[in-house]
Amino acid sequence: MSTVSEIRVRAGRRSEMALLAISWVIIVLARAQVDYNAAYLEISVIALYGLGTAVLMIAAHVVLDKVAPNADPVLLPAVFALNGVGIAEIHRIDLAEDTSFANAQMIWMALGVTAMIVVLLVLRDHRKLRRYTYTAGVVGLVLYLLPLVPGLGITVNGARIWISILGHSMQPGEFAKIALVIFFAGYLVTNRDTLALAGPKFLGMRFPRPRDMGPLLLVWAAAMLIMVYERDLGASLLFFGIFLGMLYVATQRLSWVLTGAGLFFIGGTVAALTIPHVRSRFDAWLHALDADTYASGTSEQLVRGLFGMASGGLFGTGLGNGRPDLVPYAESDFIIASLGEELGLTGLMAILTLYLIVVQRAFRAAIGVRDGFGKLLASGLGFTIAIQVFIVVGGVTRVIPLTGLTAPFLAYGGSSLLANWIVLALLLRVSDMARRPSEEAVPA
Amino acid sequence: MSELSITVLRFGFLILLWALVLSSIAVLRADLYGTRVTSRGKGRNKRRDDARADKVAAPSRSATGVRTGSISTSSKAVGHLAVISGPLKGTTIPLGTAPILIGRSPTCTLVIDDDYCSAKHCRIFPENDEWRIEDLGSTNGTFLDNQRVSDPMPFKRGDSVRLGATALELRS
Repeated sequence: MSTVSEIRVRAGRRSEMALLAISWVIIVLARAQVDYNAAYLEISVIALYGLGTAVLMIAAHVVLDKVAPNADPVLLPAVFALNGVGIAEIHRIDLAEDTSFANAQMIWMALGVTAMIVVLLVLRDHRKLRRYTYTAGVVGLVLYLLPLVPGLGITVNGARIWISILGHSMQPGEFAKIALVIFFAGYLVTNRDTLALAGPKFLGMRFPRPRDMGPLLLVWAAAMLIMVYERDLGASLLFFGIFLGMLYVATQRLSWVLTGAGLFFIGGTVAALTIPHVRSRFDAWLHALDADTYASGTSEQLVRGLFGMASGGLFGTGLGNGRPDLVPYAESDFIIASLGEELGLTGLMAILTLYLIVVQRAFRAAIGVRDGFGKLLASGLGFTIAIQVFIVVGGVTRVIPLTGLTAPFLAYGGSSLLANWIVLALLLRVSDMARRPSEEAVPA
Repeated sequence: MSELSITVLRFGFLILLWALVLSSIAVLRADLYGTRVTSRGKGRNKRRDDARADKVAAPSRSATGVRTGSISTSSKAVGHLAVISGPLKGTTIPLGTAPILIGRSPTCTLVIDDDYCSAKHCRIFPENDEWRIEDLGSTNGTFLDNQRVSDPMPFKRGDSVRLGATALELRS
């Protein structure tokens, strides 16, 4: 007689230490290579940089050991590596363009790690968040729509997704997505039965009843509003995608996804036909290499990014040896193209695999955790990262129309980096609960 | 630094990136493969193996709803009733001399948890050395080879009976 048992998962704090060491070497080596190839290598600067990142890593590691001892061991090293490679590449573009985004990004990284530690210290049990379901929903929608408030919102490059407070600009949408994931998780865990079980059958699938469509239509309307008034295709796609993904996880019903995707497709097509801003994006996507479209400047950035990645080839030009600065916004929207040029397909694939690992860990935590809210929260956060990466990489590689989203952890952008570190904190919290040995898993 | 060392560094960095990816996956491999099959106790293994050879796995009573106590299995076996489809697929009931009651009610011999089944749906009973099937006024009917059963009908080997989502067959 034999039994099938789940392998008891080791907490893995020691493996995390080892992985963090590798990722620290990656971070420092990336920066040193950039300095050496694009400018000159100053040992003291590199030493300081290495010291700073080591302090952040050790702090994160020690705190995790104390407050979330069973948390997933690979999340932290993967995210540190992504962030570090991002900073090196931003620094590389700084050197070419004489800007100082990398320094700002380093400060944001430190703030992000601090935010993560604070969230882990304050939030000892992710289930507490369920109490704030509707609060989070309202906060999320308000944050998303905040840039539309006259006097507060500012328009940058045609998209009205920034707000300006006391001279500092920030992107509230990045934080809104966390609030909305909390809201969706709380809402769906309560209502999933009505959404999952009732409705007419059509083409072998059970479709939702019209009266249950309320939330779907509301979210769809909000997504369309963002697309039309903030002109932010990416955020609207992300927002709606997270909702559909979580709806699918909650109900296991493909019909919801098809209904939702159909609605979004209709909305997107109408927008593409009527709104000039969206139409030019579609044009640049479909006819990127046409002489007319290129000459008009709409697809110039996209095409330069493509050529950059092509010149990188399989193994890249080496950090600091390419010309990623030829692409506009090479440090934020097009950092994937910059990395593709300097690290090549091999390096870019490694980066995408790191994202894949992070997302896989999120879903693993969702499978492992016992409460429905935690499951939806972790899968929602996983979807956030996955969809965002898909939208960014898909846009840069011409799979989908280019939209202005940032690659999580890699791209330059304070709000985005801070928000993503908070996402990571929540994931670590849920995974700690999920991997806790069962005898101590159920606190009274 | 020479051209060579730059190239070495360039490829070294890529290798390092993949080293991180692969060692992360190595840390996760326990998770990726999920489960492990272990033998239960060392000393008992051999005896268990022998016992398994001549023992047919029987579904547990709570899982099948079969009330073994009400069936007389002492007489020479005429055959058995096998569930060939439905929620209890794979269940067999040895046929003795006692009648078998099938339905949703927990007092039945074969308890079928199916909304299309009545509480006391049908009865299979021996008469003059053959088995007969009789519908007990069920809502959705009992069908013997696609023919609705009302009065007791002979139930021969190889015949199949359908009630709700369940199909039964008489086997030797």
